[in-house]
Amino acid sequence: MFDGAFAMSDSSSLARPSTLLMDADAVARALRRMADQIIEHNGAKGLERLAIVGIHTGGVELARRLAHLIEQAEGVRPAFGVVDVSMHRDDLSQRPRLTSIQPTQLPLDLDTMTVVLADDVFHTGRTVRAALDAVGDFGRPRAIQLAVLVNRGRRQLPIRPDYTGKKMSTAADERVAVRLDGDAPARDAVWLEKTDRRGGQPA
Amino acid sequence: MSLATEPSRPAAPLWKRKDLVGIQELSAEEITLLLDTARQFKQVGARDVKKVPALQGRTLVNFFVEPSTRTRTSFELAAMRLSADVINISASSSSLVKGESLKDTALVLQANNVDIVVLRHSSAGAAQFLAERLRSSIINAGDGAHEHPTQALLDLFTIRERRGHIEGLHVAIVGDILFSRVARSNIWGLLKLGAKVTLVGPSTLVPRVFERMGVAVVRRIDDVLGTVDVINLLRIQHERQRRAYFPGLGEYINLFGLTKERARCLRPDCLIMHPGPINRGVEIDSEVADDPVHSVILEQVTNGLAVRMAALYLCAAASRPLPPAPRKEP
Repeated sequence: MFDGAFAMSDSSSLARPSTLLMDADAVARALRRMADQIIEHNGAKGLERLAIVGIHTGGVELARRLAHLIEQAEGVRPAFGVVDVSMHRDDLSQRPRLTSIQPTQLPLDLDTMTVVLADDVFHTGRTVRAALDAVGDFGRPRAIQLAVLVNRGRRQLPIRPDYTGKKMSTAADERVAVRLDGDAPARDAVWLEKTDRRGGQPA
Repeated sequence: MSLATEPSRPAAPLWKRKDLVGIQELSAEEITLLLDTARQFKQVGARDVKKVPALQGRTLVNFFVEPSTRTRTSFELAAMRLSADVINISASSSSLVKGESLKDTALVLQANNVDIVVLRHSSAGAAQFLAERLRSSIINAGDGAHEHPTQALLDLFTIRERRGHIEGLHVAIVGDILFSRVARSNIWGLLKLGAKVTLVGPSTLVPRVFERMGVAVVRRIDDVLGTVDVINLLRIQHERQRRAYFPGLGEYINLFGLTKERARCLRPDCLIMHPGPINRGVEIDSEVADDPVHSVILEQVTNGLAVRMAALYLCAAASRPLPPAPRKEP
């Protein structure tokens, strides 16, 4: 979601020149392709036991879109959930800014399901690591897969996405900004921008 | 295609305090952030796995120079649910009885790389004193008759959860206000969040000077029964009273006790609160304390755990990890 995608970052990078990486059409094509891959990979039967879980805050709208696209294509609506990883992060006092914790809502019978975690930007892998722990507190899914809109590289853990909208190499002082607007998909976009400190992206 | 600017982003809520010493210095936004955070931690308490790794590797000392069971237990549980390691020290088991000063005891704790000290002390200002001198986070669990911030926060949390908001509500605090840190913290918190506060009690326990805080003072509980949204009953703190502040318990019950008869005059949605421990039959009748509709006394306990988890989490996140002790060259 737009608001949240920016809420985590430092205000110092406000109003900085940025390059458009994906416009609304490109985002829409990428989402359709990702949804198709999820369907293909899990099969028609698998879709009935599939949960799309968005990681707060940037992954929530992505999860919602993917669930919707899968329903449109196959007529089966995957379960939907959200997870907030704040309590499971390993860098509590290294964050530039502490944001408020959002509710975690996961399907009740997690143990029988395949979970597709969704996040807007994949960077170091630490958020996903925390999300794996958070989901583990609620149950033991049969499998967990990962879908990201942008894989910007520079991962620091042996974790990689299963479904990727766009893959690219970035520098440490760059930041990928994603706008997935639930109310106005025509405004969807992805930008790349410079920041004035290393590791501009929230890890 | 390139854009010159991107849309402005909303300001994220901020918590920058390593310590929680009192409600008086908090802004309404900080209180709200703490309550919002507590709401998420309350959700954790309802799961099968009630523990999160947020404070893994951190050490917390419960340093209770004054006796307490409920607050200490609540902080201990809160720390454990955040995966912190916990040590409990009471006055009798500390070197304070050997004549060591509070500051020296605290410095010893810091030398052991303790990250958070939860302090209860009989002197007002004790928590502030340590907060200014230690790198560790200090959480005030009650200092004399000054403040008890986590109690006020859990009261605010309970009211907000039940009523949806705090602004515009009318809250009565009844009884021993003079000696009550709970009352002071509550008054500040309620006023900051826009509630109207009326204090009820005899002039010896509720002097008019409290009106300067921006609250009303009345002398009979009957004056507020039909109008308040929340009635918070405080315990008569015999241990702090060196002389008689009212003629006798019977007299007190007559004027200020929430009896069964009086409870019938309350509005149907009025909440009855009590920080505990309850003196059944004194400030509140037994049946009223157990009333399933009005009484939220046990919910307050549940919410206390969530609020303390939030306070520990936010203060720990705002404090940098302790640097290694300086090494002296030989």
